[in-house]
Amino acid sequence: MSKPRVPVVEGMFREDAEGTGRLLGGKCPACGGFFFPKQWSFCANSACDGTELEDVELSDRGTLWSFTDNRYAPPAPYPAREPFEPYAVAAVELADEKMVVLGQVARGTDIGALALGAEMQLVVEPLYETDDEVRTVWKWSVSNG
Amino acid sequence: MGDVVVLGAGMHPWGKWGRSFVEYGAVAARAALADAGLEWGDVQYLAAGNTMRNGYPGYVSGATFAQALGWRGIPVSSSYAACASGAVAIDAARARIQSGQADVAIVVGADTAPQGFFGPLPGDRPQDPDWLRFHVLGATNPTYFGLYARRRMELYGATAKDFAAVKVKNSRHGLHNANARYRKEFTEDEIAESPVVADPLRLVDICATSDGAAALVIASAEFAARHQDTARHVRIAAVSTVTPTYPNTYLDMPDIATDSAVGAALPERSFRDSIAHAAYEEAGIGPDDLSCAEVYDLSTALELDWYENIGLCAPGEAESLLHSGATTLGGRIPVNPSGGLACFGEAIPAQAIAQVCELVTQLRGEAGERQVEGATTGLTINQGLFGHGSSVIVTR
Repeated sequence: MSKPRVPVVEGMFREDAEGTGRLLGGKCPACGGFFFPKQWSFCANSACDGTELEDVELSDRGTLWSFTDNRYAPPAPYPAREPFEPYAVAAVELADEKMVVLGQVARGTDIGALALGAEMQLVVEPLYETDDEVRTVWKWSVSNG
Repeated sequence: MGDVVVLGAGMHPWGKWGRSFVEYGAVAARAALADAGLEWGDVQYLAAGNTMRNGYPGYVSGATFAQALGWRGIPVSSSYAACASGAVAIDAARARIQSGQADVAIVVGADTAPQGFFGPLPGDRPQDPDWLRFHVLGATNPTYFGLYARRRMELYGATAKDFAAVKVKNSRHGLHNANARYRKEFTEDEIAESPVVADPLRLVDICATSDGAAALVIASAEFAARHQDTARHVRIAAVSTVTPTYPNTYLDMPDIATDSAVGAALPERSFRDSIAHAAYEEAGIGPDDLSCAEVYDLSTALELDWYENIGLCAPGEAESLLHSGATTLGGRIPVNPSGGLACFGEAIPAQAIAQVCELVTQLRGEAGERQVEGATTGLTINQGLFGHGSSVIVTR
């Protein structure tokens, strides 16, 4: 039997059909501003008096703002696999939310082929496994259209 | 408000010495006092920058250094603003003098750094963005430096060779600095052989983490005139410790996302542009008035970003400015005459203070082989994670 897939942290994203999902953020009904992650219960826009945030799904597509990779294992609490597998990180700009969101780049992506402005799609992939669960995380993948 | 003057600057050399940060801080404090011609007993206020990785003494650094130097009953403060901690401590000491509550104060920052990447504090804290970025993304500090560098390449056509040229320049500057950890001249070929850490940045593009300490003795102009030849006086013309203005739409450590620009007007200036701007406004000068600058080269590429953020050139022109030789010793506006973080590595709470120590040495004309000829005005720039700006302007 396959292990259940569980988000690596609660409340930041949701996995729908295997491999797809949405980021979960906050939206201020007063000013319309978005927040990710939804750190607090109120709006942090200094020009807004909003005292509550709605739970919203963020766009699952955006354009590539920048990217890099990590060739060496980061320190804890990164759950590095043994042997360490290098991974890339992308910063993606969401048009509707007018914000940039980081994520690892989907496994198998050729980062040499990435370029700023590329259309990116949110996916959900395993980050690591415990004895009982597959812990998942959101990642950015080059959009196939 | 009256002028505040630097009377003394002192440092403990940067390195990996394996001793307590308190020892380094005490050495730097005593060096600054000796440079000022004062005794510890003359000091009326101590402001220190905290360190997060050395237990409780690091969180109460003001008291830690006061105890180490010998309790004298004076008030202290302990500031933390990550890499900007030293500037916040300078600001606290300066305010004490400007308000007339003290005539003379000492500012101290010291660190004992771990090997390798900085990690977050231990524990399981999904509410802490610094923990989240490591656990969920594996986004180290060099990850962010790599993102900035790649964006510079794509927006402005910067190349790895441009970044290497920053390293070559700073490594030459640092050869002449006895406090620098790395005194080795790098060639472009050596840099090209260095392993990639966070594409496009190589190991030698990224600053190391170091042990080190820096201290300043500062005083009111009246006190300074009584205690030291005015020919040595360096005036603190501005201290900027600004924070971002919402919405901050540039990705900053340790955040996973920027602010959203929906529902809010963009600020007049980006956060990074606003840091030096506030200092220029206070000092009543502009970038053309600078003789030299110490900028926070966490990576080689970031030094180029700072040229633009402090107004040395327009966005996209930093590479041209670098290759013109303007920012090299002997050029129009030498940047990082100390050798910068490339030669020091970062000792977090000491770094902003060390930047000022270098400018004081330059403005006094005491920098020897790395002297900027005729230096009269200098600016430091630095940024601490979680939204801390840091810039100091000193003048003769």
